[in-house]
Amino acid sequence: MPRQTPFHSRTNALCESQNWVEWSGYFSAQTYEMDHIHEYNAIRLGAGLFDVSPLFKYFIRGRDAVALMNRVITRDASKCGVGQIFYTAWCDDEGKIIDDGTVARLGEDSFRMTAATPTLCWLEDNAFGMDVEIEEVTDAYGALALQGPTSRDILQQLTDTDLSSLKYFRMLETKLAGAPVNISRTGYTGDLGYEIFAEPDQCEGIWDALIETGAAYKLLPAGMTALDMVRIEAGMLLLDADFHSASTAMFEVEKTSPYELGLGWMVNLKKDHFVGQEALRRENARGPATCTVGLEIDVLALEKVFVQNSMPLQLPYQSWVDELPVYSDSDQRDHIGRATSGTWSPVMKKYPVIGRVKPQYAKIGTRVYVEQTVEARRYAVPATVVKMPFFDPPRKRE
Amino acid sequence: MGNNDVVIIGAGHNSLVAAGYLAKAGRRVVVLEKSSVVGGTATTDETFPGFKISPVADTAGYLSDEVKTDLKLDSQVEIIPLDPIASSPEPDGTHLAIWRDTARTVKEIERFSPADAAKYPLFVERMTKIAGVIEGLLKLTPMDLPSVGLADIRAALGLAGPVLKLGRKNINELLRLLPTPVEDLLNEWFESDVLKGALAASAVKDVTWGPQETGTTFTFIYNWALSDTGLFRSASLVKGGIGELTKAMAETARGFGAQIRTDVEVKSIDVERGKVTGVTLANGESIQAGTVVSGASPRTTFLELLDARYLDTSFVRHVHNIKYRGSASRMHFALSGLPEFPSLAGAETDGYLRGPIQIAPSINYLQRAFDHTKYGRVASAPYLDIVIPTVADPSLAPSGKHIMSVTVKYTPYALRDGDWAAKGPEIAKLVVDTIAEYAPNFPGLIIDQMLLTPVDLETVYDLPEGNVNHGEMTLDQFFHMRPIPGYARYRTPVEGMYLCGPGCHPGGGVTGLPGQNAAREILKDAK
Amino acid sequence: MTQSYDAIIIGGGHNGLTCAAYLAKAGRKVLVLERRYLVGGAAVTEEKFPGFKYSVFSYVVSLLRPEVIRELELAKHGLQIVPLDAAWVPMENGDQLAMYADPTSLREEIKRHSKRDADMIPKYSQMMYQMANAVKPILGYVPPNPASPGLRGARTLADFGKHLQSLDKKTFHQLSKIMTMSADDFLAEWIETDVIRALMGISGIIGTMLGVKSPGTAYVLLHHYMGELDGAFTAWGTQKGGTGGVSDALASAAQSYGAEIRCNAPVQQVLVKNGRAVGVVLEDGEEIYAKTIASAADPYVTFRKLLDAKDLPDDLVSAIDKFKFRGSSGKVNLALDTMPKFSAMTDPAFLRGMMEICPSVDFIEQAYDDAKYGAFSKRPFADVTIPTMTDPSMAPPGKHVMSCFIQYASYDMPEYGNREQQRDAFGNAVIDTLSEFIPNLKDIILHKQVLAPWDIEQEVSLTEGNIFAGELTLDQLFFFRPAAGWADFRTPIRNYYQCGSGTHPGGGITSGPGRLGALEILRDGN
Repeated sequence: MPRQTPFHSRTNALCESQNWVEWSGYFSAQTYEMDHIHEYNAIRLGAGLFDVSPLFKYFIRGRDAVALMNRVITRDASKCGVGQIFYTAWCDDEGKIIDDGTVARLGEDSFRMTAATPTLCWLEDNAFGMDVEIEEVTDAYGALALQGPTSRDILQQLTDTDLSSLKYFRMLETKLAGAPVNISRTGYTGDLGYEIFAEPDQCEGIWDALIETGAAYKLLPAGMTALDMVRIEAGMLLLDADFHSASTAMFEVEKTSPYELGLGWMVNLKKDHFVGQEALRRENARGPATCTVGLEIDVLALEKVFVQNSMPLQLPYQSWVDELPVYSDSDQRDHIGRATSGTWSPVMKKYPVIGRVKPQYAKIGTRVYVEQTVEARRYAVPATVVKMPFFDPPRKRE
Repeated sequence: MGNNDVVIIGAGHNSLVAAGYLAKAGRRVVVLEKSSVVGGTATTDETFPGFKISPVADTAGYLSDEVKTDLKLDSQVEIIPLDPIASSPEPDGTHLAIWRDTARTVKEIERFSPADAAKYPLFVERMTKIAGVIEGLLKLTPMDLPSVGLADIRAALGLAGPVLKLGRKNINELLRLLPTPVEDLLNEWFESDVLKGALAASAVKDVTWGPQETGTTFTFIYNWALSDTGLFRSASLVKGGIGELTKAMAETARGFGAQIRTDVEVKSIDVERGKVTGVTLANGESIQAGTVVSGASPRTTFLELLDARYLDTSFVRHVHNIKYRGSASRMHFALSGLPEFPSLAGAETDGYLRGPIQIAPSINYLQRAFDHTKYGRVASAPYLDIVIPTVADPSLAPSGKHIMSVTVKYTPYALRDGDWAAKGPEIAKLVVDTIAEYAPNFPGLIIDQMLLTPVDLETVYDLPEGNVNHGEMTLDQFFHMRPIPGYARYRTPVEGMYLCGPGCHPGGGVTGLPGQNAAREILKDAK
Repeated sequence: MTQSYDAIIIGGGHNGLTCAAYLAKAGRKVLVLERRYLVGGAAVTEEKFPGFKYSVFSYVVSLLRPEVIRELELAKHGLQIVPLDAAWVPMENGDQLAMYADPTSLREEIKRHSKRDADMIPKYSQMMYQMANAVKPILGYVPPNPASPGLRGARTLADFGKHLQSLDKKTFHQLSKIMTMSADDFLAEWIETDVIRALMGISGIIGTMLGVKSPGTAYVLLHHYMGELDGAFTAWGTQKGGTGGVSDALASAAQSYGAEIRCNAPVQQVLVKNGRAVGVVLEDGEEIYAKTIASAADPYVTFRKLLDAKDLPDDLVSAIDKFKFRGSSGKVNLALDTMPKFSAMTDPAFLRGMMEICPSVDFIEQAYDDAKYGAFSKRPFADVTIPTMTDPSMAPPGKHVMSCFIQYASYDMPEYGNREQQRDAFGNAVIDTLSEFIPNLKDIILHKQVLAPWDIEQEVSLTEGNIFAGELTLDQLFFFRPAAGWADFRTPIRNYYQCGSGTHPGGGITSGPGRLGALEILRDGN
């Protein structure tokens, strides 16, 4: 049976729908209300509060902590200042992505790493001969994500630290409602937002304070359904949806490289050796086999398909994760890739989709066709390659 | 760049063979040896005053005529062939000796089983043919399986002759037998426990496993292929001790222009952007070279001398996974006289004692001795391989005195209870008591004694877990899997960096093959 | 003179029935001759004590080839396999290990023992899955003679070579390792926790007189990874009504295609005339003729008992004499008055799964060392299932049957006296060991059936009691099963075929040899 996070007494009380899913071995609310739309709106208009405790968390400490991080991740960990956080990927020897996550530099010789998949033994295997201590602290910390335009105002009510000075992808240690916390300006929503780490016995108090203070700022607890919509709007990839981990993929064809996932910017080929560097160097010279792109479905064209079937336009009410064929032509002859997740965006009034296509179709503005099924018939609906993130408000970084 | 083309780490016999071949081909070679003498595990020294002991390896094994000629060894060293190649005193007072001469051996076997005696000549013939095929395999540079290149096929054509000689039906036999325990092989041929014990002992002498374990038929045939007797084990001494052989190798290498430096410890192998640049010594000196060849074990080479953080994760994991598990100790005695084995009495005693003596009365005896190692215990009734080199080479000891060198099995490196420092005296007593069961006057002859436990072998000779082969000789660590899968062709992930020790194909023994094969590959890469 | 058939199958075990079904389906007039009163061979359900039904020998199903299930429509004929739940191990320190089927619970449980292993187990499964995929095609090959393959064999060898070359290096290297290493060494490269290695290691030693530390046992780990159940990978299950149900389904399928099955019809000899098999003689002297004879018996019975050595080439006779049987497994079937209580078990739901008495690697290895010189384990390994937990029809209401698969026991254990005394001593060791973990066991036993390897041989004619009709070791697989040159289901006697577990792909309830054997018979136009 899944376990309970340190916030469970509170999330359980608020979870009217009792719609739970399992996330890395923990109960996680899919939605709190029966319907997710209020939660979605709260994230984009007020603030959403997520329990993200199930994230795998590790401390890496010791003289060789930088060396270990640098061996594992594709970015240059030595460039990560104390108090700074890197979003990064890590790869296997063949340069195929294992996972992505954040690496926070807590001190000169200490890091905190978060990951979507178990990473302990990968870190251990790479730490050979290094003076470094690796500790899994998944259970030792509860984690919350407070995301949305009013998130800063809410947090500021509860702390003496001036949060306006906390920049994007930076963190600080402070007290929240009296409880010691680590707050970082990070998130999985592409909005202004924070992630808060606290020890388990502080968690309920922090939750209560946030809910109470947040009431005036349109704060709602939010579940995975709303989160998946906003992460697609933010153009963020989801493991086991948009890509598979090389460490658990059953077949070679399921593996992808950071270049294929549009994460080439985080591959630092100039830094000292890291796992997968040689393979990535070769791939960079050759060019990736596929490219991850943002697609915007032509809603007017989609509407025509529905009208042909004597129906008004039906838009997805929530996000989907799938493998839909993408073609270069409306006749569905030239298969060029796949669409892996998509959602109707209520805030943008658009239909963004994340997919992976052959490189020659990855240029912004390229017209492609995504398979959509209406009344059990397949249609190739036009879509345009657009820039990701789809939704990128200035407040995210300001 | 300095004025060296090649740095070779360690001056063990494989390193010296590689040095000889590379220097002969015109490379400027420098060999760096940590200790004050060359030879690695093939050295001879006066451990006891007046007694010249060869502490680790003592019998010379297979050195191909090619190596002997190429490296001009014939003129420098005198090989003393031993005969019998093995004699087994039995607890019941009988004994079996195996001679180089098949007919003479048949007579010996007749005392135990006429049926076995009748089969023995055919056994020798069949095994010799099978060993011929394996010998060809051992001289090859392993293929990077599953991919097989044209050059590999060309190289493997040399196997065609021995395979044809073997005959079609026997090919199937070879394929079937290779992954079996030597017990199965011997049971298919023979009935006498004494004979089977004597033969099986050679298969397990240098490996951790017992004769009932899969893979020991392979080591049996391996030994056969690489023996200097044409039979299942080697039995020759080098006059003056095995150290004379490695000294000669060093001389030859020097003659070709190689520089050999002793008392020089390499601290690290230096790498820049995936390419080797040289080595740094413990004293801080750095020696540059575009090619670095390590005769050290894979563990020492990759996990100590190289910075593992520059190697692939899966590579390091493979290196970690190499099994060593040394299970032999070595013990040496200075003796005031020749021990008397009552079971060998009556016959020409000197004759029997000239060759190796095996305390290995049956396969079950060997296997029971091995069983203990699985639980980290020392065998209660050990298998001993004893050589009294002074019978054939009296120059090794003061007149009338003798040396006895014993390989003691099974004494596992990893003890479940206690440590080797405390266990030593117990083992020494066990060895003396065991020999005394067969040669009652033995304890009274002991002037001095020395025990090398697996931990000593590791500390003194840099043998991981005391394994003389730099890695277990098991089927999963053979050919394209030795030392680790994907890197069996003497090359390493670091450009310009090679291995030449027994951790590589084909493995251990004083054969020179890893060194010879490595030199060949290095010269190929330079083309 | 009795009537004549197209084909006679000797032995109504599951492979014999499979072979019969395929031949009958192809229109042949087939007769199956079974020595015992019921079909199934080692896959039978018998009511040994009134009201208590046992899967007397084989008791779990996983390796049954899915193509056989499909092609013979076995579900229609009564095949109904219920998946088994978690494997559960009591430890000597009173703790337990539960290998849950669901990944979440499994991870939490493994984490309790080792955080590292919790990470590694999914990776290990991934690797084994990839290797099983790499090896599975080989299960369908007809093994050629490597030294003189002939045209068809050469093609198979070429396919085989191409297949190996098509594998990625990592898989090929792992394959090289698993073919040669010991189960425990192989596992130790992935798993650090002793009890987990013990549990995973046992599938490497089932049916062989080898220990988890014996090189060569790792391959058998893979053999057991090739099972599947309704597409679910490596799942194990039990047949409703006991394992005999599988045989009944195969028999019913065979009969539906017109095959005839005669029980109580022990074959004494195969009739050979001018190098051709023409029929069989039953023990009572009855002669039955057929164009084709196929033996589902093990290689020793097939070649050495049913034939005269003079009809066979010497090298085959000697190869069969060298073929290793060395039964190592016994079976103890218990009728219980009430539910057994394992002292370490925190949740009775585990009783629905497989309970493995293998608390440590040393425990299993010691069990092997005890037995290998001709005895039985003083504290044997036991694989315990309680079929009544999922299928109450196996025992009277409230009562239970408990099936205990035991290793090790030797075929010959002279130090314990005559066969009966050997069996008793062995049975007592089993009950004593089980009682260490199930304190109430001795109080609730109503009936007890003990089968040592010798008993298994007597009951179902498996030589030396080897449950796989010959050990599954590298030298007895593929080309060499049962002998080089004769691994293609044929024999030196024309029209005499092999179709039992002593042929490729080997033992276990797979129906693989039966199917491949039948296809080869049909290929020859017989």
